[in-house]
Amino acid sequence: MNELAFIPALPLLGFLVLSLGGRSLSRNAVACVGAGSVCIAAGLTITLCVQYLQGGNAARVDEWVAWRWFASGPLAVPVGFRVDALSLVFMFIITFVGALIHLYSTAFMRDDRGYARFFACMNLFVCAMLILVMAGNLVLLYLGWEGVGLCSYLLIGFWYETPANCAAANKAFLITRIGDTALLIGMFLLFRELGTFDIAGILQASPGHFAAASPIITAIALLFLAGGMGKSAQLPLQTWLPDAMAGPSPVSALIHAATMVTAGVYLIARMHVLFQLSPAAMTVTALIGALTLLVAGCSAMVQTDIKRILAYSTISQLGYMFLALGVGAWSAAIFHFFTHAFFKALLFLAAGAVIEALHHEHNVFRMGGLRHRLPIVYWTFLAGAASLAALPLVTAGFFSKDQILGYALSAEDGNAVLWLSGIAGALITAFYSTRLILVVFWGEAKTPVTRVPGRWITVPLIILAFFSITAGFLEWPRDLLDVQLFSGLLRGVLPATTTRYQGEGGAQLTAVIATLAGIFTGFQLYYRRPALLQRWRRGRLTAAGRQFLLDGWKFDVVYDRFIVRPFVYLTRVNRSDLFDSLYGALVRAMQEGNRQLSRTQNGSLRWYAVGVLVGMLYIIALLL
Amino acid sequence: MILIEMIGILLGGGILCWLTAGWNSAYVKWIAMTAVAADLLIAAVLFAHFSAGGMPQTATAPTAMSWLVDYRRSWIPSLGVSLHLSMDGLSLLLVLLTFFLGLLSVLSSWREIKERQGFYYFNLLWTLGGIAGVFLATDLFLFYFFWEVMLVPMYLLILLWGDSNRRYAAYKFFLFTQAGGLLMLLSILALYFIHGQQGGGYSFDYSDLLHTTPPPAVARWILMGFLAAFAVKLPVVPFHNWLPDAHSEAPTAGSLILAGLLLKTGAYGMIRFILPFFPQASAAIAPWAMGFGVIGILYGALLAFAQTDLKRLIAYTSVSHMGFVLLGIFAMREMALHGVVLQLLAHGISTGALFAVAGMIKQRLHTRDIGQMGGLWKAMPSMGGMAMIFAMASLGLPLLGNFIAEFLVLLGAFPQHVTLVVIASTGLVFSALYSLRMMTKVFFGPAVAPAAVDIGGSGALRDMDGREWLILGLLCIGIVLLGLFPQPIIDMIKEQMLRL
Repeated sequence: MNELAFIPALPLLGFLVLSLGGRSLSRNAVACVGAGSVCIAAGLTITLCVQYLQGGNAARVDEWVAWRWFASGPLAVPVGFRVDALSLVFMFIITFVGALIHLYSTAFMRDDRGYARFFACMNLFVCAMLILVMAGNLVLLYLGWEGVGLCSYLLIGFWYETPANCAAANKAFLITRIGDTALLIGMFLLFRELGTFDIAGILQASPGHFAAASPIITAIALLFLAGGMGKSAQLPLQTWLPDAMAGPSPVSALIHAATMVTAGVYLIARMHVLFQLSPAAMTVTALIGALTLLVAGCSAMVQTDIKRILAYSTISQLGYMFLALGVGAWSAAIFHFFTHAFFKALLFLAAGAVIEALHHEHNVFRMGGLRHRLPIVYWTFLAGAASLAALPLVTAGFFSKDQILGYALSAEDGNAVLWLSGIAGALITAFYSTRLILVVFWGEAKTPVTRVPGRWITVPLIILAFFSITAGFLEWPRDLLDVQLFSGLLRGVLPATTTRYQGEGGAQLTAVIATLAGIFTGFQLYYRRPALLQRWRRGRLTAAGRQFLLDGWKFDVVYDRFIVRPFVYLTRVNRSDLFDSLYGALVRAMQEGNRQLSRTQNGSLRWYAVGVLVGMLYIIALLL
Repeated sequence: MILIEMIGILLGGGILCWLTAGWNSAYVKWIAMTAVAADLLIAAVLFAHFSAGGMPQTATAPTAMSWLVDYRRSWIPSLGVSLHLSMDGLSLLLVLLTFFLGLLSVLSSWREIKERQGFYYFNLLWTLGGIAGVFLATDLFLFYFFWEVMLVPMYLLILLWGDSNRRYAAYKFFLFTQAGGLLMLLSILALYFIHGQQGGGYSFDYSDLLHTTPPPAVARWILMGFLAAFAVKLPVVPFHNWLPDAHSEAPTAGSLILAGLLLKTGAYGMIRFILPFFPQASAAIAPWAMGFGVIGILYGALLAFAQTDLKRLIAYTSVSHMGFVLLGIFAMREMALHGVVLQLLAHGISTGALFAVAGMIKQRLHTRDIGQMGGLWKAMPSMGGMAMIFAMASLGLPLLGNFIAEFLVLLGAFPQHVTLVVIASTGLVFSALYSLRMMTKVFFGPAVAPAAVDIGGSGALRDMDGREWLILGLLCIGIVLLGLFPQPIIDMIKEQMLRL
């Protein structure tokens, strides 16, 4: 038994204990099992990380095969794990941020009836997500991939008595399933070409097997991309994520911000060789990322539900990661995942604390003035929002976003359009982050605080705030400081980005200016001159535009009208099965024939005599 | 000898049940259970024996039939009919499934059946005996005999112990399957006479008829006769219409056996007879058959999505899942066939379990209408959890048996026909649609309407009791084991599938 096995096995054990015996355990016991299992897993992961860093070998790989899963003909799939630096970064975030969120949840979910069910699902999620990033072959990866989808579904619909929550859960599962199916077809295609599902084998064999830019590799890469787009909520499969906020806040923090939604990023980074072979797929990835970050960012600017603001912001930040992947800035994408996990988890947890404190109030315009009444939440939220806005030099978000923006222009596949959309996105992000802080925490109080969060809630917030500020110092822009620890760690797994030129000064300055301009605009509109905003709200065109963005660019409306309703209509029409009426008609025809023939049997002798006569005449006629 | 004993125990047990009922009906279910349990034990011992390396070595002649167990006794020598039963990996697995689900169907009848228990268990055991016989018979006359033995008691089970619309459903079931069966009889006779005329002697024996080579044009017609019987049983759209009615009207045990076992005889027949008897003719119709499989996957899923009757919904999911079986069989690739066999087992377990859940809910709410359900999770979290596992199995979640089965079928069929497999894969989205809709309507949402609860009085919405835990627990262990450790199953059938 390899020590690797313990990391996913512990949450799995927690799940089994809680799901089988959860109802007979006390709340404290449930919390111990639920949070404890993930905390120990986090400890083990950190030990492993330390070993990696001390070893200094960037290409180190740990492998472990648990058992032969299934083999048939040329196919052999083991339950095999393969951990390298890329997996390790994800494992660290999953277990470490996961552990903090579990600790937070022990207090946050305390009064919920489904306490054990909640932790059971959360533990199962952590296990499935770990399998996803540790898998040594695509089939096992797919197992984790579907497993996290299941947990996401169960947790979005956690409060199942409200039909809207169930609808959101179903929507999330179904839309991601569309992506999953594309991924599956991509896997079939890949297997037909290479005859293996082993990830290392695929990465090794691909460059020799596929001609660069051949249609087949482009098809495979695009199908994998579609899989990633479903899970990572990229255009046009993004509509499930805002609705997914129906789940409890810790769920949003863990699954729909820090980890699961980045599975698409992981998949593409993991299979980067396939994408490198297909420039078309790379371009599509970058474009989708750029488009998504703008579309979702615009929607985030006008939302009024605090969690929906953060959800759109998550989609937008995922767009940045896809943009980075698309221009070949592999480690920059992972770095942004790394910092984003801290500050977005923090924002969701802090938002959860605010919502609880205000007695389940979600609307930001009914909040306000919380700066003094919830000081710890305020300061930590501020750290998270600043990091989201990428406040220069003092926040983690700056370092990761700056790197992406730099590569969007300077990388070989980068260009000015991608860069400009990134810059516009940075402005928008800074704007809505500022808006969030000002509306929720500044101004006058509108709803009384009914509950002040306790230590179990604030301590995880403080820890996450610390990392939201400092996690960026692992990787500095080259012109400022020669510290590139993060990309150094990933050097053995992900290729370095090829750039067209050196020197990022002017572009960097533009990004900083965009961020500051965004903050300034937010400050002006929501603090200094709110009258302007009021005027816009009354204006017909601006109000319509606001509504359009509020509804997420009407994607839901379009899908509903052109896909959902026709589909439901068609199935309704055929509910009683077309073929059944066919057989029904056959039966009726038989009965009719029977009736007609029975009429001849009327007991009248004369009829029978005539019948016999006609028959005789017919036979005679035939004989003649 | 062991083979005929297995069938004999069931048939004898059935008669004993009937006789005992006149004396003391309390013993009847115990007799039935003992009979099925004894068979399950025998099958399990055989499985353990053969999977632990007891496989006979046949490396010398890979084309020769290599049965694990073979039993032959002459019966009507003048017509060339013999009592020939044989078991290979495939039939062993299916027999094991038969007794496993048989035991659970006895258990799920425990409280549900209160009238005419003796005759009920007689029919139940005879159906099971017939199914086991179908899986084991290697004399075509005997095969046809068992084909009828499983049909008539099943017809009676639906007709006598079914729901409100049972008469219609029973007739429909009988007519559809009987029409198919008669066409098969014609084909068997045709094969018998052709073999005789070609100088091979008149014999119904499988291994004799295997080497018959009818002229291609005739072969196609004979194949169609077999296909008619098996396509109705599987079922292939558009011959599936008996299935939703029969499944939804049958008592729980009946639905369990119908979905879990009876459908499998169709697939078994295709693998055992159609592919080896008519290799060329099968290859000629393969693209069509695969196409019908894909139509079945999608059509079944769409209809399942639209149903309002819980058991009907589950019945249509069977149509969809059996589409994968048809696709896999006619892909005629080793990998796809492995997937098919796994699908037979996994579908038997997962759909059987869903029917068991539906039966339990019906006992509590006295309705099958999902419009009158909702929010049941609150009162029955354990049953909800179980139902969730099997709904997930049904939509092909990895870790559970159905995933590996469907994965292998699709992967194996992919090189044969890319377009069809891509279309079939979209079935995965539709399977998620109907499964989630079912879970949402039944277990989630606001709590059930008070009117529905009151029918059973207080305590109607109790969670599972010990017996129900046993039934679903065993099925649950089965489906997870199949998902985690499918390799022994694949090893068991490997050699045989290579021969096809």
